[in-house]
Amino acid sequence: MRITQGTFSFLPDLTDEQITAQVQYCLDRGWAVNIEYTDDPHPRNTYWELWGLPMFDAPDAAAVMFELAACRKVHAGSRYIRLSAFDASEGWESLRLSFIADRPAEEPGFALERQERGGRQIAYTTRAYSAALPEGDRYGG
Amino acid sequence: MNAPATITGKERYKAGVIEYAKMGYWEPDYVPKDTDLIAMFRITPQEGVDPVEAAAAVAGESSTATWTVVWTDRLTACEKYRAKAYRVDRVPNSPDQVFAYIAYDLDLFEGGSIANMTASIIGNVFGFKAVKALRLEDMRIPVAYIKTFQGPATGIVVERERLDKFGRPLLGATTKPKLGLSGRNYGRVVYEALKGGLDFVKDDENINSQPFMHWRDRFLYVMEAVNKAQAATGEVKGHYLNVTAGTMEEMYERAEFARDLGSCIVMIDLVIGYTAIQSMAKWARRNDMILHLHRAGNSTYSRQKNHGMNFRVICKWMRMAGVDHLHAGTVVGKLEGDPLMIAGFYDTLREGRTEKSLEHGLFFDQDWASLKKVMPVASGGIHAGQMHQLIHYLGEDVVLQFGGGTIGHPQGIQAGATANRVALEAMIQARNEGRDYLAEGPDILAAAARWCGPLRAALETWKDITFDYASTDTADFIPTATLS
Amino acid sequence: MSDDERIDLQREFAESGLGEGLAQLDRDLIGLAPVKQRIREIAALLLVDRVRTRLGLATEPPTLHMSFTGNPGTGKTTVAQLMAGILHKLGYVRKGHLVAVTRDDLVGQYIGHTAPKTKDILKKAMGGVLFIDEAYYLHRPENERDYGQEAIEILLQVMENQREDLVVILAGYADRMDTFFGSNPGFRSRIAHHIDFPDYADTELLAIAETMLARQNYHLSASAKATLADYIGLRRVQPHFANARSIRNALDRARLRQAVRLVQRSEGAIPPDPLSTIEAEDISASRVFLAAQES
Repeated sequence: MRITQGTFSFLPDLTDEQITAQVQYCLDRGWAVNIEYTDDPHPRNTYWELWGLPMFDAPDAAAVMFELAACRKVHAGSRYIRLSAFDASEGWESLRLSFIADRPAEEPGFALERQERGGRQIAYTTRAYSAALPEGDRYGG
Repeated sequence: MNAPATITGKERYKAGVIEYAKMGYWEPDYVPKDTDLIAMFRITPQEGVDPVEAAAAVAGESSTATWTVVWTDRLTACEKYRAKAYRVDRVPNSPDQVFAYIAYDLDLFEGGSIANMTASIIGNVFGFKAVKALRLEDMRIPVAYIKTFQGPATGIVVERERLDKFGRPLLGATTKPKLGLSGRNYGRVVYEALKGGLDFVKDDENINSQPFMHWRDRFLYVMEAVNKAQAATGEVKGHYLNVTAGTMEEMYERAEFARDLGSCIVMIDLVIGYTAIQSMAKWARRNDMILHLHRAGNSTYSRQKNHGMNFRVICKWMRMAGVDHLHAGTVVGKLEGDPLMIAGFYDTLREGRTEKSLEHGLFFDQDWASLKKVMPVASGGIHAGQMHQLIHYLGEDVVLQFGGGTIGHPQGIQAGATANRVALEAMIQARNEGRDYLAEGPDILAAAARWCGPLRAALETWKDITFDYASTDTADFIPTATLS
Repeated sequence: MSDDERIDLQREFAESGLGEGLAQLDRDLIGLAPVKQRIREIAALLLVDRVRTRLGLATEPPTLHMSFTGNPGTGKTTVAQLMAGILHKLGYVRKGHLVAVTRDDLVGQYIGHTAPKTKDILKKAMGGVLFIDEAYYLHRPENERDYGQEAIEILLQVMENQREDLVVILAGYADRMDTFFGSNPGFRSRIAHHIDFPDYADTELLAIAETMLARQNYHLSASAKATLADYIGLRRVQPHFANARSIRNALDRARLRQAVRLVQRSEGAIPPDPLSTIEAEDISASRVFLAAQES
């Protein structure tokens, strides 16, 4: 299955050129671009691992692509890698864009676990199949 | 315009009838304080009634006056409690109407109570005989009063953080048919739409608890659908469960059940009343829920230009009351809405500070004192083929609801949802790349349709649908600009 | 393309906005005739190259890295800035900003410190020009705990593989740069253009002095001008002469002496003109004259 988190996941995987264009859009607005990776794709997993720090002073997308290339060298194929853009201005102080740049080769997806409670109620939880393995071993290490 | 002078001293309190304008309700030299509430009315006086007198009468009857002089006024600091009409302007192109600006002292109002503010300002004057028609056009709420309200329980920023969805409009749909589905069948529609790619599905405003579907069954089946779709996609999904009911106690019971079942959002209708809305906003904050408001019934009083209340006033009141979502118009869809007026509504909901802009129908600078931002909802007769126009007119912080546009798709509901989601993402991508997406919109959609079958089918099915009627509520200050 | 097509290079030149860039070069820099000539040559080469690329005749992106050699104060940093503007006008760099660094900005003090430091600088400079002054200090083979080699390696990689993202200009004394290239041949092969910055002539330094003073609303009296000319001749052969920089320092000291003179010796109310005039004695008091006498 294909996790559809992030702003562009219903489109075909973005090429480096397309990623560069999105990154430049963010930098032009003064947003800090950030690279994160994870092997825990649960939708409520807010904190992915940071690759370096948010890039607060990069004027050109090439700087971000440089770091993305470095991150891919280590994690491509075994982690999800996403780019996000942080807007520190008044009234926002949050992300303005976030999209997945790389995925593991295989995405086994999630199981829906049901726990019967009283009456007709069920308590649900979503569990990633990959989370059965320890961190680091989940997508072929 | 004539300037009658206020009568002062002993003459003022002699028994009898004095014109409102001389009783102290017309003060042309008055400079409103930063802490005053200001209301702006569009007044159509009865024939023979002077516009200034009409304005003063509105000021009087929405504050302390009555039709004859009363000695008991003198037991109060009455000058403070009188509302002051301080400015009257002719309305461009409407010789029988005037705009009247009226200032109210902060102490006239109870903090944190929309019910009190509205009872004060619109509770008495609208039936007044001296005025042929009356419309509350806009209000300036001082920061001092705004600070007494909770404001939106969640707000746009935190909503996005909870959903983990940034940089694009959110997508929703109302289940169709509007009425008649049973709980289990209803859940099927929800599952299909969410799985296909929508972020939310929505109860319609009059889906409460009827013989064809009891509310508890709806809630149980809907949450099964929401959770299944979440596991199938890896995204946070939601359904606005409508908790509107006949009493507050019932509403709390329904809302608590929604929370216990794990919903991230609930929905209420405007017709429950301002006090109920405020209570639900407080409840939503206490229970970490997003609160969606359907503006049911507002067109009864907001649609005609000469009488009633402008929808932008509802936007202000609802932001103060504390809702997180508010239906505010689509521009290109089946329901009434002039693009400039709608831009004014959206700015009122979304900005931290709006500036006076007559062309957008905003008559005052309004500082929102860091009250959270409301996410506008665009719903009614819109489809994927209009995606470029929707983004252009409405921006990125909006929920786009494609009810018929999802459920009526020839290949099924999932396909309908996917078509909308692909159209949206492709358009946002193109916009960010710097393309002139408004002009090239159809090409961008066609390019995506080449690899996305559902989108291709959607564009084919609805390519000729537009809704073009003259708007009934348009700007006074520039020529009307409805779409073509 | 067919032989019948015509390319109007004059129009290409006009449309590129290069004219303004080169005119600014002439305006802002005094002297430096050979440097300006080299820059014109490079600009012409890049302009033609741009047209050839458009026509499909050239497929490789040109190498743009440069080295600037010369004594201190000869205008290397200023020209680097102007060069960034020219490259931007021709479309070879995307943003056209200049990041000027020395060895200490690139090299760390302990293991693992250098790579992130160097990479940070590189990222800041992408889309523009990186100017490394006294670049030879990156290489300190006598100190075995020196981490400059790491920075050198990263730089060489980026200079080779990301030529469209960054232009690097190395600068410093000519002989030391030569030694540096000898020990690190990777650099020499990646640098396309060498520009040598000769020392300013005495007359040029005098003109620079007058420009600097004029910018601050000062002028030299006739005798002061003659004294300054003498000063320049003497100063140049004394140690640590840094061309325009030495002139600026001398002028700062002259202004100081002028202020002291006015405060101590003016009596009663004076007109404004003396406040802007540098007199001969403000210059002749310099130790440079004393040192010249002694030697």
